[in-house]
Amino acid sequence: MTANEVALCYLVASILFILALRGLSHPRTARRGNLLGMVGMALAIVTTFAITNRIDMARLGIGIGAVIGLIVSRRVQMTQMPELVAAMHSLVGLAAVLIAFAVVNDPSAFNLEVPIPRGNRLELFAGTFIGAVTFSGSIIAFGKLAGLGKYSRLFSSAPVVFKAQHVVNLLIALSMVGAGIVFVASPPEGQWTPFGAMTATAFLLGILTIIPIGGADMPVVISMLNSYSGWAAAGIGFSLNNSMLIIAGSLVGSSGAILSYIMCRAMNRSFFSVILGGFGAAEGAVASGGQQKAVKSGSAEDVAFLLGNADSVIIVPGYGLAVGRAQHATKEMADKLTKKGVNVRYAIHPVAGRMPGHMNVLLAEAEVPYDQVFEMEDINADFGSADIAFVLGANDVVNPLAEQPGSPIYGMPILEAHKAHTVVVNKRSMAAGYAGVDNPLFYMDKTMMVFGDAKKVIEEIVKALE
Amino acid sequence: MDSTITNLTVFVLAVFVGYHVVWNVTPALHTPLMSVTNAISSVIIVGAILASGSTNSRVGVLLGTIAVALASVNTFGGFLVSLRMLEMFKRKEPEPKPAAAKHQPPTVH
Repeated sequence: MTANEVALCYLVASILFILALRGLSHPRTARRGNLLGMVGMALAIVTTFAITNRIDMARLGIGIGAVIGLIVSRRVQMTQMPELVAAMHSLVGLAAVLIAFAVVNDPSAFNLEVPIPRGNRLELFAGTFIGAVTFSGSIIAFGKLAGLGKYSRLFSSAPVVFKAQHVVNLLIALSMVGAGIVFVASPPEGQWTPFGAMTATAFLLGILTIIPIGGADMPVVISMLNSYSGWAAAGIGFSLNNSMLIIAGSLVGSSGAILSYIMCRAMNRSFFSVILGGFGAAEGAVASGGQQKAVKSGSAEDVAFLLGNADSVIIVPGYGLAVGRAQHATKEMADKLTKKGVNVRYAIHPVAGRMPGHMNVLLAEAEVPYDQVFEMEDINADFGSADIAFVLGANDVVNPLAEQPGSPIYGMPILEAHKAHTVVVNKRSMAAGYAGVDNPLFYMDKTMMVFGDAKKVIEEIVKALE
Repeated sequence: MDSTITNLTVFVLAVFVGYHVVWNVTPALHTPLMSVTNAISSVIIVGAILASGSTNSRVGVLLGTIAVALASVNTFGGFLVSLRMLEMFKRKEPEPKPAAAKHQPPTVH
């Protein structure tokens, strides 16, 4: 293949990647989009094979990866999607770092001049450090999402904070940049020491920037790491002068950035306040110190009675639904109610769960028709006319304090469950939400609390409905 | 013209395309969006294949091959898990309109 033919094939692959994302604008076209993405990737790989001297080792590598990827994609539970995505981000990050090392080791294999020109070194530096931060940061995010906190404090879902944290992080970041500059300026003989030091500090930085971020801020973190993995690929594309890598990387990078923005907006927090972390660590103690207020609690049978006599019910799913894997039971309950003539709908807050769109996937898995599933802005006006708002393991996203100036979560857009005629809340305990703020919704006269694991409670409701 | 400038042009335009395409993605599909973009970012495998197949040192081949395997997990895992999720969104589509409504044009939500 000539260089021009290769470039054209890469161009076609890039367009297929764009069409893959384009397809996701509607569930109807999404599968075709995904297929186009696969074709694009196959074209990219086959084209690269055609210009590579030996492909035996690469084929071996692809075979190993394919087997692992196949098994994982089949076995993973939908409730585990956040940790799977985090794990996959880490792989892209590590691959970027390894490729960068191979480039520094033998630039001529990538059609680069020897010694590597300054400009390419700068790009290598960028690609490597973003890749390294993506790798170690995603490992920490994976640990937090997979609940590995019991093995190491690094993976604790509560924010890990220590004195002078931001100063320490800043110093590490500066020394990483310093090592990077030395690498760009150094002669080929002396390049490994600064390059290695830069990579090592970047790994450390990835760990330190993610540990102070708590569980419920994970939708932002995971979107941000998604974005980083794209920028890392783009960085490698720059250093290899490969437009396809740059295009694909930029698509992914901007996608992750947009998701981060959407998640931050849904919590009314600035990106920096999330990234600097520590949210919910300090306030938690204050809130739980307040006096005990009375809540009305009921049994699953009471809830079943209420639901069975309602005309319209809006279900508000949250992280508790995912933890309890209650999506199938919920669907069964909804079916029973629909048969009784009850109008059942679902209201999804953008940050419900641990990643963007988490609740939608769980409901889709349970085969909930998606015309019953509504985004926040489309259903908020309907709570006022609903008989029952059934809050399933959600807390902060329905906290009416968000409408009160002075509260820590003031300004966060919420699902207005408190406007429903009756509110039913399923929670495991009375613990405050992630934000550490008490939720007045639970103490309202029209609210009935039903405590327990979401799945168990709903299964009891289903039984009582019969 | 320097190749860096060409790269920069491609980069900036691609970011624009990404920006406009991604804002059109329906929020319900944000999780599949993440897994698809994850799979797309594994295009870094191109660099890994070059490393494993064109370098002349053992270290380079080793680094490249490991990178190929890592990226390949993402390629296959990412696209296949997206497929699995998108199947879930698809299969209940006919449900709202039972058999009688078959010949009507699809309603737009």
